[in-house]
Amino acid sequence: MEEAKTSRINATALRAYIMLAVLGLIWIYFHWATPGNTFLTARNLSNLMTQMSVTGIIAVGMLMVIVSGNIDLSVGSVVGFAGGIAAFLMTTWGFGLPVAIIAAILVGVAVGVFQGSLTAYLNIPAFIVTLGGLLAWRGAVKWLLGGNTIPVADETFKAIGNANIPATVGWVLAGIAVLAVIYSAYRRANSVQQYGLGEANYKGELLKAIIPAGAVIAFIAVMNAWQGVPVPVLIMLAVALLGAFLTNSTVFGRYLYAIGGNPDAARLSGINDKRNILKVYALLGALTGVASLIFTARVGSAAPDAGVLKELDAIAACVIGGASLMGGRGTIFGACLGALIMASLDNGMSLLNVRDFMQDIIKGSILVAAVGLDMAGRKQT
Amino acid sequence: MPLLEMRNIVKEFPGVRALDGVSLTLDAGEFHSLVGENGAGKSTLMKVLSGVYPEGTFAGEILVDDASRHFRGIRDSEKAGIAIIFQELSLVKELTVGENIFLGREPSRFGIVNWSELYHRATKLLQDLNLPIDPQVKAGSLGIGQQQLVEIAKALSQDAKILVLDEPTAALTESEVETLFGILENLRKRGVGMIYISHKLDEVFRMSDRVTVLRDGKTVATHTAADTNTNEIIAAMVGREVGDIFPVTTHSRGATALSVSNLTAYSADIAGKKLVDSVSFAVKKGEVLGIAGLMGAGRSELLMSIFAAWRGKHVRGIEVDGRPVKINSPSDAIDNGIGFVTEDRKRFGLILEQTIVDNMTLAGLKRLSGRIFTNRTKENHAVAGAMKSLRIKANSPLTVAGTLSGGNQQKIVLGKWLLTDPSVLFLDEPTRGIDVGAKQEIYAEINRLAKEGMAIVLVSSELPEVLGLSDRIIVLHEGRVTGEFTREDATPEKVMAAATGNH
Repeated sequence: MEEAKTSRINATALRAYIMLAVLGLIWIYFHWATPGNTFLTARNLSNLMTQMSVTGIIAVGMLMVIVSGNIDLSVGSVVGFAGGIAAFLMTTWGFGLPVAIIAAILVGVAVGVFQGSLTAYLNIPAFIVTLGGLLAWRGAVKWLLGGNTIPVADETFKAIGNANIPATVGWVLAGIAVLAVIYSAYRRANSVQQYGLGEANYKGELLKAIIPAGAVIAFIAVMNAWQGVPVPVLIMLAVALLGAFLTNSTVFGRYLYAIGGNPDAARLSGINDKRNILKVYALLGALTGVASLIFTARVGSAAPDAGVLKELDAIAACVIGGASLMGGRGTIFGACLGALIMASLDNGMSLLNVRDFMQDIIKGSILVAAVGLDMAGRKQT
Repeated sequence: MPLLEMRNIVKEFPGVRALDGVSLTLDAGEFHSLVGENGAGKSTLMKVLSGVYPEGTFAGEILVDDASRHFRGIRDSEKAGIAIIFQELSLVKELTVGENIFLGREPSRFGIVNWSELYHRATKLLQDLNLPIDPQVKAGSLGIGQQQLVEIAKALSQDAKILVLDEPTAALTESEVETLFGILENLRKRGVGMIYISHKLDEVFRMSDRVTVLRDGKTVATHTAADTNTNEIIAAMVGREVGDIFPVTTHSRGATALSVSNLTAYSADIAGKKLVDSVSFAVKKGEVLGIAGLMGAGRSELLMSIFAAWRGKHVRGIEVDGRPVKINSPSDAIDNGIGFVTEDRKRFGLILEQTIVDNMTLAGLKRLSGRIFTNRTKENHAVAGAMKSLRIKANSPLTVAGTLSGGNQQKIVLGKWLLTDPSVLFLDEPTRGIDVGAKQEIYAEINRLAKEGMAIVLVSSELPEVLGLSDRIIVLHEGRVTGEFTREDATPEKVMAAATGNH
């Protein structure tokens, strides 16, 4: 029993270390292979992070949907649809930026609530509902835009996708983050004592806080070495933190894991599975709305094919990050790491001028290989 | 010369000897009933016979037509002329009746199915049995009873000489039962030997030539049906003393904690079929109420319906502490102080891949942790306490539930519900498949909880358990209450008689 327990805890941690190691290897390889060793420069890392922001934000919501034992194939089309509505409101109808932002997010939420209720209350399989959504919302964008690309001139709007925050603000945020890490370490140590589970181990908890604190400082330093933290990256980090908090520290998050792990046991334990599934779809919808704004702002226009295949990028990120499509298993950290690995492959292969068909073949193979290795590893334990 | 002979069959599972030297003979054209309590070994014996448990996983000998047989799988036993109709239907619902009958043995040439021959033969077979069923309709479109009859047709299409029926009438209507018995009567005349497993003693006596009683994996008696009677069979079925693992404790009873009136629950699959029919009962604070009954009597459905967790339609009136309450979801039930240690812990009780803490705090999460935000340390603290008092043997609250033994898993489910601080606790088969030590600890816990004033409703298929723990027992038979006994007048014979509908 001792072994069973330790091996499981190690397995989760081990998995994260292996993924970080794989990411490191990919980075080192691209740095070595790119002409002029341009991969690991502040400028490219800043680009890389910006490129992953849309997928990263969607992956956070997708992870929670997958943990609950469901799936959403429609998010790519919803990125196009919500972004299209935002652009349409600002250009054709002349509304201001706040209206456009709220509208894009509300569209995402409405789609999420609609599809979530079809899945949860009418028992239509999530795969089918959202496959229908994939087609229908794409059709809606094409209809809305009449097949044209609508350029958005509003500079404030474009800033959502392209601006950077000043270096000093970056350092202030870093300071806040480091303080938060230290404070939570202190609280963890304290509460152990409070509930009589042992002595407060301040030293040990603080030592454990060094790695995240160091990561925050290193990240800000690298981003500031170029133009400062890009706004979309800041939004993505905020979303990831929110997602990690929801999954780890709220009743809602725990219910998601329970519903995905054993729906019968969850229901008999008094959990309203339908309502929680509806909520998680609404949340993914909201995040998809946010992602659609970044996507549209980055490109500077709404296009009929905006966001095509984004659903698959997000699902791939979750799965590479260790989520199980059967539900009940997966972490936000893993999903973000998965998104970073996918973005690194895209970025690195582009720098190496790998032809786009070859990029697709390589990414597809890596996805299958990653899950294959994961399954093989699981079987042994 | 017997058609079939099973000699000294011994089958062991880890920690349990399910069959302990069972012998059975069956003659051609004989109707031989096999009876016993739940868990007596009837189904295990038939799984040995059919090759579900292959040669080598059990000890003993099987002879068909006086020749020793070695079955490595179901195919082998089918070749020897043995066909088994299990309790759970095994038809493929999306295939037609004809396709089902010849599944895996389709008349074909070069791998191409000869459909006209298949349906021709199926039609003839169904006609021979006087079954007005179209072989071209999908099996799933038939009622459960008709599906059962198709299974029998399928068995006969394989020229079975030995037919085993495991509770075949459980899902049948009365007229379907008559059809079935008509068919079986015909088969008897044709010389087919039949082993009939049933809890319904009236059916057993109506049809049987001989009756064999199993108890605790042993053959207790084989009687010629004409020379015995219901009482003798019931006595043989129960036959054991309630051991002293049940310390007799008298609980002082308080006010009525829960009362249920006119509960009727319908099957989720068969329209209009009542699984529980107008059952009313009440349980007082500090009282252990046992609900006895055989498989399919409606006990779990009764509890599930009170808890608003039954899939089918159900109607009932519920009063908690003397005031009427509406319970429309399990969370309503929990809010009204009802806890439900469900049966089948792997399916209904646990999330096997999650930790002990995550499992134990699930039902009472908002109370134990926080309404919106969770507090892990607080949870660990509560769970550590519960693990200690329930003596859950695991290293830490972070051990994964699925790695633990059955007894410890069962205690986690119990702990989960105790952590909701219930005033009424339902226990459905709380000791199924766990070792004796863990059983005793759970019995002690039940007695302790009752002493503290909790009202307990205990469903168990183990008669000694119900008799040993309950202050009062109600007995269900086919969804109706057929008996009610106090601890003083409950005897195994009386309870079993009520459970088999002989009251």
